[in-house]
Amino acid sequence: MLYREAGQFKTSYVADGQILPIRQDRVALCALLAVALAAVPLLASPYLLSAILIPFLIFALAALGLNMLTGYAGQLSLGTAAFMAVGAYASFNFVARIPGMPLLLAFILGGLCAALVGIAFGLPSLRIRGFYLAAATLATQFFVIWCLTKIPYLTNYSSSGVVTVQTMQIFGYRFVSPQAKYLLVLGIVSLMALLAKNMIRSNVGRSWMAIRDMDMAAEVIGFRPLRTKLLAFAVSSFYCGVAGALYAFAYLGTVEPEAYSLDLSFRILFMVIIGGVGSILGSFLGAAFIVLLPIFLNMLAHALGLATNYASNLELMVFGGLIIFFLIVEPHGLARLWQIGKEKLRLWPFPH
Amino acid sequence: MKLMKSIVFAAALMGAGGQVLAADQFVALPSYRVGPYGAGGSGFYGGMIDYFNLVNANGGINGVKMTWEECETEYNASRGVECYERMKTKNGGATLVDPLSTGIAYGIVDRVATDKIPMTMLGYGRSDAANGKVFPYVFPLITSYWNQAAAMIKYLADKNGGYPKLKGKKIVYLYHDSAFGKEAMPVLDAQAAQYGFELIKIAVAPPGSEQQSQWLQIRQAKPDHVILWGWGVMNSVAIKTAQRNGFPREKILGVWWAGSEEDTIPSGEAAKGYTSMTFNTPGNYPLIDEIRKKVYAAGKGNLADQGRIGSVYHMRGVTLGVLWVEAIRTAQEKFGKGKTMTGEQVRWGLENLNVDAARQKALGAFGMFPTVKTSCEDHEGSGAVKVQQWDGKKWVAITPNWVVGDKALTRKLLEESSLAYAKEKNITPACMQ
Repeated sequence: MLYREAGQFKTSYVADGQILPIRQDRVALCALLAVALAAVPLLASPYLLSAILIPFLIFALAALGLNMLTGYAGQLSLGTAAFMAVGAYASFNFVARIPGMPLLLAFILGGLCAALVGIAFGLPSLRIRGFYLAAATLATQFFVIWCLTKIPYLTNYSSSGVVTVQTMQIFGYRFVSPQAKYLLVLGIVSLMALLAKNMIRSNVGRSWMAIRDMDMAAEVIGFRPLRTKLLAFAVSSFYCGVAGALYAFAYLGTVEPEAYSLDLSFRILFMVIIGGVGSILGSFLGAAFIVLLPIFLNMLAHALGLATNYASNLELMVFGGLIIFFLIVEPHGLARLWQIGKEKLRLWPFPH
Repeated sequence: MKLMKSIVFAAALMGAGGQVLAADQFVALPSYRVGPYGAGGSGFYGGMIDYFNLVNANGGINGVKMTWEECETEYNASRGVECYERMKTKNGGATLVDPLSTGIAYGIVDRVATDKIPMTMLGYGRSDAANGKVFPYVFPLITSYWNQAAAMIKYLADKNGGYPKLKGKKIVYLYHDSAFGKEAMPVLDAQAAQYGFELIKIAVAPPGSEQQSQWLQIRQAKPDHVILWGWGVMNSVAIKTAQRNGFPREKILGVWWAGSEEDTIPSGEAAKGYTSMTFNTPGNYPLIDEIRKKVYAAGKGNLADQGRIGSVYHMRGVTLGVLWVEAIRTAQEKFGKGKTMTGEQVRWGLENLNVDAARQKALGAFGMFPTVKTSCEDHEGSGAVKVQQWDGKKWVAITPNWVVGDKALTRKLLEESSLAYAKEKNITPACMQ
């Protein structure tokens, strides 16, 4: 009853073209943003902010980056963590080497460096696709990590190859408290998610989807495959690069090559698959599932008083079981479940 | 959002349920018992918990019982930071932490100073954290990688008949290509230049399950010694590949993370004669017997396999348990016996630790680890190590005395490195009161 669009008339093209066409969605999103911006920093504990919400937002951004490449442009990639590493190390170096470097600019430059690497490793996508492309992007993973361990310049000649990042500082304000860090991350992620949503709705997104659905046909109707694919790689890597920089600066406080291992690439790929391939919302839902569920299961096991070694194994089993369950019940991911739920609500109480 | 809510709810629930009595000393154990390094983690944290159980069975530290909580990190930096954040405020606040992982330790090294929770790094992590003026809350107790590397060169020199005899010798440094593997390089480079031996660095990509080409390279180089700076699966693969290539295992000297039963037993016969560093003297001690008698007999033992009691990782965990409890005891002597110490007070205890031979005897652990005496300048407290050899069934110490390398050199390096860190982080080096 509440979720019904009856009576909502669109009288202009602007109204017709808005991101959320249903008023209830707009209200809900505004309420959610208000809670995230105002209530959460005031009420949430430092633990919730710094150990759960910040990594959740950062991984959602990385998943969003990969989703644009894999979900919308159809180019399978296993190099996400490597692009994140490029962003993190590049931002660290920009701040360390250029005096007075503004932090946000360093993040953007870090993202741009990741985009350049993305373009270079996206070149094979013109000739190969699917699993073969996945194997080619796997090379990014090995190459970038190899560079980071082999070129001491990149780690500022640190003897162990691990560097602690600088304190985040914008216009003299130091982002040290969990609240400040959270708000900064939330701001960047919201802005970039909005940007992504609009990119997907525009000509750029349509060209990606055309390439994904049938590249031959896309070429025939006038999309240039090379440019489109490389743009997808560049934009996706930019997002991943910024996520990587945030991961280092706002969450871990340190940069080390091992934090950006192949394992992380897989986890982000799982976020996309479980959340929903080709969906902005799916990136957030997937990140929530992969980041939060193990922590929640772990806490539950603690609350039940299970021995740690059993608890950890149980956590892995339940987590694996749930992934299989979700993929069987809804192969298109959590975002699709949400969509089905919404459709049911619109028909309720008279389903047909 | 439902998931979020349930997590918030669960967190709130646990926050309310976690109240403990005032006379308890709460410590955080970000442990790992699953994942690639689970074998080491379960032995190490098992040892710590066994010792805490023993202390509690004996009435606690002047009546104060140890309480702890574990949190599975899977040796993953991201999970580790989450665990640290989760445990740090529990039960009135954690007062000690040791993640046994370089990655996690680096991730929380700045946080522990803000949260005022002392962190120990027993035999790993930032070697330069021994400078307490820059790292007041970080304690690389007993010995750091740099002092280990210096001690390795000292041992190899002694074996050859003194430092001058190292001239012209060839030493291969076969290392895990990660932060951990690279930590020792400044010391080894400096010593190679000083004594004129040739240092050949060969990297092994993690996890190190394929080393055929590296050992081929080693065979061609015909080195006098091989330093194996490995971790996890890399060690047994190295030992087995050395055997296949006909390289004598007696010439291989492992780092202390390459010297446990978990490394040698899977290698079988190939491991016989293999040597490694350690900061425990292998053997049995009255303290280990007491753990058997009072903890395991009462059914409170942490290890599922009782055959692992007294193994390298288990003993290392017991050692850290002893040092933690001694630090709390030391703090109690200054701030009030029978009281729960805060993180700041425990920090003072760690900085004024003195576990000498007499204290070790009283604990039933004489000779189990080197004597530890810390100060503000020296958060390490010892720097002494031993060399042990695998005889096919068990580890045997082959250096009767504790080996200490060129400490003047490591001191110089750590001063330089820690001061650079202080400059980077705007820390004014000073001793805390």
